[in-house]
Amino acid sequence: MTTTQTYQQPNAQGYYGQFGGAYIPEMLHKNVAELQEKYLEIMYETSFQKEFQLLLKDYVGRPTPLFLAERLSKEFNTSIYLKREDLCHTGAHKINNTIGQILLARKLGKTRIIAETGAGQHGVATATVCALKGMECIVYMGEKDIERQAPNVARMKMLGAKVVPALSGSKTLKDATNEAIRDWINNPVDTHYIIGSVVGPHPYPDMVARFQSVISEETRVQLKEKTGNELPTHVVACVGGGSNAAGMFYHFLDELDVQLVAVEAAGHGVHSGMSAATTQLGKPGILHGSKSLVMQTADGQVIEPHSISAGLDYPGVGPLHAHLFESGRGVFLSATDDEALKAAFHLSKTEGIIPALESAHAFSVLGKLNLKTTDRVVVCLSGRGDKDLATYMKAMEK
Amino acid sequence: MNRIQELFAKKQNKVLNVYCTAGYPQLNSTVRVMKTLQENGADLIELGMPYSDPLADGPVIQASGSKALENGMTIAVLFEQLVDFRKEINIPVILMGYMNPVLQYGFDKFCSEAAVLGVDGLILPDLPEFEFETEYGAIIKKHGLDFIFLVTPETSEERVRKLDSLSSGFLYAVSSSATTGKDKDFSAVEKYLQRLQSLQLKNPVLVGFGIKDRETFQSACKYANGAIIGTAYIKMLEETSNIEEGTQTFLNNVLS
Repeated sequence: MTTTQTYQQPNAQGYYGQFGGAYIPEMLHKNVAELQEKYLEIMYETSFQKEFQLLLKDYVGRPTPLFLAERLSKEFNTSIYLKREDLCHTGAHKINNTIGQILLARKLGKTRIIAETGAGQHGVATATVCALKGMECIVYMGEKDIERQAPNVARMKMLGAKVVPALSGSKTLKDATNEAIRDWINNPVDTHYIIGSVVGPHPYPDMVARFQSVISEETRVQLKEKTGNELPTHVVACVGGGSNAAGMFYHFLDELDVQLVAVEAAGHGVHSGMSAATTQLGKPGILHGSKSLVMQTADGQVIEPHSISAGLDYPGVGPLHAHLFESGRGVFLSATDDEALKAAFHLSKTEGIIPALESAHAFSVLGKLNLKTTDRVVVCLSGRGDKDLATYMKAMEK
Repeated sequence: MNRIQELFAKKQNKVLNVYCTAGYPQLNSTVRVMKTLQENGADLIELGMPYSDPLADGPVIQASGSKALENGMTIAVLFEQLVDFRKEINIPVILMGYMNPVLQYGFDKFCSEAAVLGVDGLILPDLPEFEFETEYGAIIKKHGLDFIFLVTPETSEERVRKLDSLSSGFLYAVSSSATTGKDKDFSAVEKYLQRLQSLQLKNPVLVGFGIKDRETFQSACKYANGAIIGTAYIKMLEETSNIEEGTQTFLNNVLS
């Protein structure tokens, strides 16, 4: 490693260390190559930035607050700040990316939008921006997820999107992603695929990370205002594919004094056979167009993960995160289903904020960080908990 | 000359390549299916190695792969099944699969063992040409295997020429920029194949995706050296109660 190395950006072929690249069939080459060539130029055009920033402000409601959680801080004898992505329009950070990609799709002359979704948050965020811009929207969702996430399916339909069940394989997020990629193969000319996380072939991981980087960009400014220091000592975020973590880490990646804490979903326990802790259980492999850590059998078949939170229920992880893990730049912890539930109830009662189950994972590791009184900890509260009420109600009955 | 080159030296037209999935319909039917394909007029066999997430395949082939995985198929099991297959099968055989299982098996080990068993070439649709040129191509060549790239109607002329120069054996023309098994308008396909033909490529061209019967096979062969049948044959295997009889009827219908 040289001193000029940046953790922020992949190399020209889309690699972060050994992870990344674009392992795609030829049928996707033209679309992916076009994105590779044009995404940076389009994203940083003045007219694009003007429209993007205006929508983030007036439509999404940015900047989202950085909130000093006083009771939680007192409990851990430190300063804990919450980055309130749960206050974004549609209730999670996902919309930062979909706003960016829909504008990009229009610049590319695309008229039809496809997306994959697990819990439905990215599907809702995509359906929302398609309604906003009057674009056709097709969302692929595993048949099993459609059954267990009925409110989000209804939201997508109300927003005018067509929700197509993924019937192949295990009928969850991984298969919905396969189906979305197949749709793109079949509709190469008019369609743009809005991937919801920092996964997929280059340039998606970098592009999505840049759209989400507004989270850490705002955090630096807000922390400076509040503490006089723009750098926290710790930033904590949950990781499934890793989009909120990528956004929360982005402007701190090359600030080596800032500890980056990624929290994966351990499900019933990392080694229970019912887990989604990819960095703990995965091996280098190729999934959905990039090389990363992948949960798989010894024969290289992808394993279906488990997490109580559908947004973390993914057998891979973005190549940026795989590199942060392998290089040691990031600290990777995990939280079980029960720990996440407990953290969700605790945050609700301590701060009056009901978090998404995904975000609750991030809160459940605070006790493991050996925090000092002088530390400044920022936790990404990536989404609100309304969508998880059914799970929370069940937990309260116990 | 390897078997693929010998084939195209003898036969430049109406070359029929049939796709079958290893371990389908039964775990141990792999070599039996290949044998009956040879006996009923297939010139070449594309043997699919099942994968949990086959992005470039349609639902019928994915379902056959899922069944094969349930049956217990793995690369290691397949290679055991192929130990003596060259005693019975002399037409060229190409392994088709996805990068991940091959990487887990060990890329060099995979190529080395496949070559020793008598496999002639590889199709790995998610191996991009950058990684082929910088890392994997040399390993494939070292073991004397051909590597076949795909081209689509959206592939530019410059890129077709590049992929042709990197390919050996033949070039796989995807006939409708679609995952396999989709019906598409064949006249658009013809225009594309005419365009490919006019490029006078180094490699023979076989047309894949959308070939299902005599008519589509003949149309494809007008502008290419032959064609690949996949989904339609797997559908037949799914429905038939007798692999040999079913294959005979199926290939008679295509070739008559």
